[in-house]
Amino acid sequence: MTNYKKTKHQLKGEIKNISCGDEYCRITIEAPAMCQVAEPGQFVMVRAAEEKSNDPLFRRPFSIHQVADGLLTIIFKIVGRGTRNLAKMKTAELLDVIGPLGKGFHVANMQRHYLVGGGMGIAPMHFLAESIYKQHPESEIIALLGARTAKELDAFAHLNSLGYLQVATSTDDGTSGHHGLVIDLLEQSVAARGSGAVYCCGPGPMMKAIALFCKDKKMPCQVSLETVMACGVGACLGCAVSGADVIGDGYLHVCKDGPVFEAAKIWV
Amino acid sequence: MGIGRPDLTVAIGDWQLANPIMTASGTFGYGAEFADFVNLNRLGAIVVKGVSVKPRIGNPPPRIVETACGMLNAIGLENPGIEKFLTDKIPQLKKYTCGIVVNILGDSLEEYCTLAERLNETDITAIEVNISCPNVKKGGVAFGTDAKMVYDVTRCVRERSDKPIIMKLSPNVTDIAAMAAAAEEGGANAVSLINTLLGMAIDIRARRPKLANKVGGLSGPAIKPIALRMVWQVAQRVKIPVIGIGGISTVEDVVEFLLAGATAIQIGTANLVNPKAAEELIDGLENYLLENKIASVKELINGLIT
Repeated sequence: MTNYKKTKHQLKGEIKNISCGDEYCRITIEAPAMCQVAEPGQFVMVRAAEEKSNDPLFRRPFSIHQVADGLLTIIFKIVGRGTRNLAKMKTAELLDVIGPLGKGFHVANMQRHYLVGGGMGIAPMHFLAESIYKQHPESEIIALLGARTAKELDAFAHLNSLGYLQVATSTDDGTSGHHGLVIDLLEQSVAARGSGAVYCCGPGPMMKAIALFCKDKKMPCQVSLETVMACGVGACLGCAVSGADVIGDGYLHVCKDGPVFEAAKIWV
Repeated sequence: MGIGRPDLTVAIGDWQLANPIMTASGTFGYGAEFADFVNLNRLGAIVVKGVSVKPRIGNPPPRIVETACGMLNAIGLENPGIEKFLTDKIPQLKKYTCGIVVNILGDSLEEYCTLAERLNETDITAIEVNISCPNVKKGGVAFGTDAKMVYDVTRCVRERSDKPIIMKLSPNVTDIAAMAAAAEEGGANAVSLINTLLGMAIDIRARRPKLANKVGGLSGPAIKPIALRMVWQVAQRVKIPVIGIGGISTVEDVVEFLLAGATAIQIGTANLVNPKAAEELIDGLENYLLENKIASVKELINGLIT
């Protein structure tokens, strides 16, 4: 296999597979150079305007869902013009992508790992689970997936078939798994099995609650943040967020300092 | 004419540029952010993110909003301050063989003078003076909307530095050509324009401004016709070189600005959308000249027929 240096790439990746429903879309492209250097939690930025069009202008950031055999997969929710344009693409067309970008998850050297995803925040968890399994095959890897409805979890049904991953779900409406919040699942799991490393991606309030729970239990916790972004490479400084110590650290930049942060950097 | 490669070089005073394509301040970091995508040494110049005397943490988020064919930003000139810039960034910038332009911003006349003096000790290529940032409370645009103040800042920076001085002008004025004339009179070697146009976006559900700073600077393809008109007006008025900025993203855009009287141009928002934009435009410009049998890019400058 070609040896790519650890760097960022820009490429027109051929779409090998695209499957889109009314709400969600999954696209797999050929991107061997990116796959070889990508780490779980990193993201790519995808041009979402039609050829030669300036509208919508910005690229769209998506976390990397999976890399395998030189193929890179993203999963996203169709929410606006950009994602609607992407959902209309066809197999064999070229997707304009830059990446991998940002700092991903650091795989902790622990025996138990809790992967907590909420809504589209579940997207990076496949790649993460696979990386943890490769590095610590003997460890216990538990995915706790929360969503509004069972339908929202359909996009991630394939996680159930990974032999090394134990999956539990929660939904707001009770249509799948626990009727309630994903943090309930984490509390139950930690009580039953014991502490572990926590990796979290989802809505802000969910991540904050989980960060505070982990702080209380003295468990290491990493969170993956989402913001609007323009460049994705740390140049425009548009993706600033207020961390726990704005006075000391200044603003943090999601694209370069993150998207994955130690939870304590964000919430005290 | 032979099949030789067209001449892309342009001059700003005594400064010879390999080609007229620069990257605009605030859209290209300190160059290193784009090193994986672009051969930086091919650029006419890199204009680095604006630096002030003291460090600035910038404005609270949200700082950017996507608009129709453009973007609003209110970054607030986040930067490490001149001392850290000199120790951390200058050694890294020295490695590049392209022109290095440092963009400076002050809260007072004295701060502009201090920055010019500190940078004069370094081997950077030129100084761009930002008197046009709409996103900070003091300084910035306050110096760029009054001809007398434009003259005063230019004069002071001129006296403290031997480097080529570029005054970056604000479009948020009644008569930008009058500002350019004041910069020329003050001893500027060039003017660059336009900085962003002051704009606004509102979240109708929350009934609040989308930017924490309430207002911000509009950039991108949406502003190109305004920028082009202003470059043309300024080029009629002053004899010093004009550097065109504003929504440039295609080779046709570059040629339009050169025809309107720009000696060089800066790529801004396009870098954020396509990190290879600047380098692709150098190749594109060369191809344009070849295809149209134009021996030198200088033949395009001020070539507008009216």
